[in-house]
Amino acid sequence: MKTKNADRRLLAGREYLGASKIDGPLVFMKNTHPVGYGELVEIIAPDGSRRSGQVLETSDEIVCVQVFEGTTGLNLPGTGAHFMGEPLKLSVSEGMLGRVMNGLGKSRDGSPLPQGEFERDVNGEPINPTARVYPQNFIQTGISVIDGMTTLIQGQKLPIFSGNGMEHNELAAQIAKQAKVINNDSDFAIVFVAMGVKYDVARFFINSFEESGVIGNVALFLSLADDPSIERTITPRTALTLAEYLAFDKGKQVLVIMTDMTNYCESLREISTLRGEIPSRKGYPGYLYSSLAELYERSGKIKGSEGSITQLPILSMPNDDISHPIPDLTGYITEGQIVFDRSMHSRGLYPPINPLPSLSRLMKDGIGEGMTRKDHPHLSNQLFASYSHVQEVRNLASVIGEEELTSIDKQYIKFGNFFENNFISQGSDENRSIEGTLDLGWKALGYLPSEELQRLTEEEIDEYWTEADD
Amino acid sequence: MPTRIIGHVKRVNGPVITVTDITDAEMLELVRVGEEHLVGEVQKLNETEATVQVYEDATGLCPGENVYGSGSPLSVELGPGMIGSIYDGIQRPLEKLEEASGTFISRGLTFDGIDHTKKWHFIPTIKAGDTVNAGSIIGTVQESETIVHKVMISPTASEGVVISIVNEGEYTVVDDIAEISQNKSTDLKVQMLQKWSIRIPRPVKDRMNFHAPLVTGLRVIDTLFPLAKGGTVAIPGGFGTGKTMTQHAIAQWCDADIIVYIGCGERGNEMTDVLREFPQLIDPRNGKSLMERTILIANTSNMPVSAREASIYTGITMAEYYRDMGYAVAVMADSTSRWAEALRELSGRMEEMPAEEGFPAYLATRIAEFYERAGLMKTLCGAEGSVSVIGAVSPPGGDFSEPVTMHTKRFVRCFWGLDKSLASARHFPAISWTDSYSEYLLDVKGWWSKKSDDTWFQNRKEIMELLQKEGRLQQIVKLVGPDALPDSQNFILEVCNLFKNAFLQQNAFDKIDRYCTVEKQVKMLSVVLTYWHRGNEAINKGVPLVKLKRLKVVQEISRIKFTISNEDIDQIDKLELRLEKAISSLGGIYED
Ligand SMILES: Nc1ncnc2c1ncn2[C@@H]1O[C@H](COP(=O)(O)OP(=O)(O)OP(=O)(O)O)[C@@H](O)[C@H]1O
Ligand SMILES: [Mg+2]
Repeated sequence: MKTKNADRRLLAGREYLGASKIDGPLVFMKNTHPVGYGELVEIIAPDGSRRSGQVLETSDEIVCVQVFEGTTGLNLPGTGAHFMGEPLKLSVSEGMLGRVMNGLGKSRDGSPLPQGEFERDVNGEPINPTARVYPQNFIQTGISVIDGMTTLIQGQKLPIFSGNGMEHNELAAQIAKQAKVINNDSDFAIVFVAMGVKYDVARFFINSFEESGVIGNVALFLSLADDPSIERTITPRTALTLAEYLAFDKGKQVLVIMTDMTNYCESLREISTLRGEIPSRKGYPGYLYSSLAELYERSGKIKGSEGSITQLPILSMPNDDISHPIPDLTGYITEGQIVFDRSMHSRGLYPPINPLPSLSRLMKDGIGEGMTRKDHPHLSNQLFASYSHVQEVRNLASVIGEEELTSIDKQYIKFGNFFENNFISQGSDENRSIEGTLDLGWKALGYLPSEELQRLTEEEIDEYWTEADD
Repeated sequence: MPTRIIGHVKRVNGPVITVTDITDAEMLELVRVGEEHLVGEVQKLNETEATVQVYEDATGLCPGENVYGSGSPLSVELGPGMIGSIYDGIQRPLEKLEEASGTFISRGLTFDGIDHTKKWHFIPTIKAGDTVNAGSIIGTVQESETIVHKVMISPTASEGVVISIVNEGEYTVVDDIAEISQNKSTDLKVQMLQKWSIRIPRPVKDRMNFHAPLVTGLRVIDTLFPLAKGGTVAIPGGFGTGKTMTQHAIAQWCDADIIVYIGCGERGNEMTDVLREFPQLIDPRNGKSLMERTILIANTSNMPVSAREASIYTGITMAEYYRDMGYAVAVMADSTSRWAEALRELSGRMEEMPAEEGFPAYLATRIAEFYERAGLMKTLCGAEGSVSVIGAVSPPGGDFSEPVTMHTKRFVRCFWGLDKSLASARHFPAISWTDSYSEYLLDVKGWWSKKSDDTWFQNRKEIMELLQKEGRLQQIVKLVGPDALPDSQNFILEVCNLFKNAFLQQNAFDKIDRYCTVEKQVKMLSVVLTYWHRGNEAINKGVPLVKLKRLKVVQEISRIKFTISNEDIDQIDKLELRLEKAISSLGGIYED
């Protein structure tokens, strides 16, 4: 094994000139020494500039390399390659906080990055399930519909399913600003990952981090809309490598915001199509699920470390379609989802989160007595059940008219309106305590007769419920 | 570590490797690829080339590296020591991997599936001179607090006479414990350890007819859509509809002797959750920790995809082994769709012709082969053992018309379809009473009759008919509102509503409600039907519906599940009596 690596390093010095084929971001080289699968490649453009790439397929005849910085300006005879004998690595350090980097982790703000503490393979390795610690700590975001109904837990991966033009950036920034773990003020950091979004979006986040004075704790990895699309396939891996270091080596509470996952998936599709792979749904490669899982599973908590990685990926659902492969596969991997609703958005509600399709799978162990409040589990259950009935009543009202509804259904309409306008809706800088959130939930239930509240115990009703005085 | 070189790497395309200069490789042979000795399996042979699937990340693998043959197929080690363990898809103990490489799983690590050095207390049950056969039990070992491991002769051995057997005492799984003469040139030496190829079903004497349900403690399943012991069921549902929760609940409370839980391409934290929770949960039947009967296989979504493909075979082979001892084993596979996708990915990389949605044409055959390994069997040693298979299916977009769900439906006899709208209203388990079915009703009817004074079959039928009527009435209500229906029909809506709240919904997080005994189920169903019968009579006599609805005792019925524990079910009878009294005391419209 040792000799093999030594051989590789020797051979890595060798430069090959002349590509046999260039197709989109892929460069094919013939007559090389045996090159390892997944190896890092340095491509030398005819003008002498250097780009990074990775071996996608290797054989004794031909090697296929994807070039992260794109192939613009490359030609067949003038393109050279160095095979580095090892996978793409990131040199990680705390000095990357407060800095702006590109998708490969190279400085983007003009000044060089500090010397790293470790070199880490950006592809990471799977966390052994026996080494994980089950995440249980409640994070108060100050946003009622999240804290009350889809509670965020430290170490959770909870994506925002949004659509074009909705306020997912505002929400992510608000969460980043307000998030706090009750009774625990330990060290935190934010890793912000932009994939194929416009500079305005990055600017918006940077401003927001500056305003709240945390920018020094934020590492930004930007691979923007005008950067080569192929770079997006590596950007989240690079960023998560730093996140793992900050969380598991340095014990920080790391929040990773990734936007927009849809662009990541589209870049994967681009490469897959170019390579002529058999597609599964909508032209996306069959391994999209595994590929997304390799990112999302790099979150959580582990034994022997205080730190945690909480992921907040943002994705825009093409045509607001939640069954599109990207949100669909994401939902199958993440620990719940926060779903935006176009009609709530058009009615001017912020945040336009529809609690019914939204879910936090980890909230079960993070709420209740000693964590939030003892009535929380049943209360949220009741709010879900009642609000879901509101939807049925509204549908009926649109057919037969609101006046024709039974008196109890009319109460449901009132409950629904109060719930949306006062519980879900809140200011983009309004920071509510968990008690405030739960009290508001009870206030909404005051519009319903207590016999309807079958998810709550009689004791809870006695203690918290009072009829609304209209 | 094998040293026989069978060829050299020619091409690496993710987990699929082309090997050239092949001399004597065998189909499905276990191989070691490259200098890191990555575990692989021969999938195809073509003249001097072989296609090999590697079970670990292939990063760094180079053309020209050696491929070593092991001479045997990919197998699992079977013997005492499996219960309570957690393995990856190719039976590497995850705890050993953690000791070796820490938090993250490194490549090229090899461990025995079971500990070869640990000593077990073996008690022989035969003596020299006895005749034994394939599958005969020769002794026992107390493997965990609840499981007595029966040590068996290999299922492929032929008849023979015991020459010698060790005395009761401490032995490792690789110690020779018996010697058997088989009319062959050499005598057979028997150890506790057996090896079995994961892709070959272990032989049995006969299949038997189903006669008992696998009791799960979930009301909607046991009462409405029961699974037979030895049967097969699919749980399809979009993300977040409750597949994993249902599987966990069944793994916790069902009346199988042994649970094999396969996390196939799903979340790491879910396996951690099981590891954290199971040891603390107490089996209601014997008061011991649930981990004492459980084997976990965790090949999470970010672990290598080919090991994910292997994981369900690893799991079912272990299940068959305990079945052979005469145990009822339940296998949960979460999710079979991830396994099918692994097949698809590997097939694509092998450049095979795809059929529907990119899946290989042999998808249906593979699904069928997997479910065929379930059954209630007369084992080689003459005992009755069963493997029940509960497979989660994750259809893209929650649409049940996709290939994996469609093909699975052909090979299972029970179907628990999860409904997105129930899940979003937090009606759990979100098992749809319209889409689901069980073809085991007649098989388990006799068992249920004994448990329910012959009422189960009829009561089940009655409530199912009511639910169907309710479905039709709801269509009308959507158009005209409930007020347009007469009280007699509105009462059907009312009863079904109560049934859904009081009976079908079951909160997995509630200490009392998470597990419901069959006896409690029988009584709960009976109360709801009493409400239906007496209420209906009252309405026919002119009692207005509002009066029925306002009865305080009806509120109590909807909370029985939380308020009356499995031990206190006599309380339900009392409630039922009060209900009858309350209804009979109701007067007509003009009386009060
Ligand atoms: N029986 C139940 N009681 C209470 N809550 C439940 C129950 N079943 C499911 N849930 C809720 O639904 C959530 C999702 O359930 P689960 O994780 O089982 O879904 P799934 O179908 O396995 O999803 P995926 O396909 O994404 O893995 C749970 O986190 C829990 O909040
Ligand atoms: Mg699941």
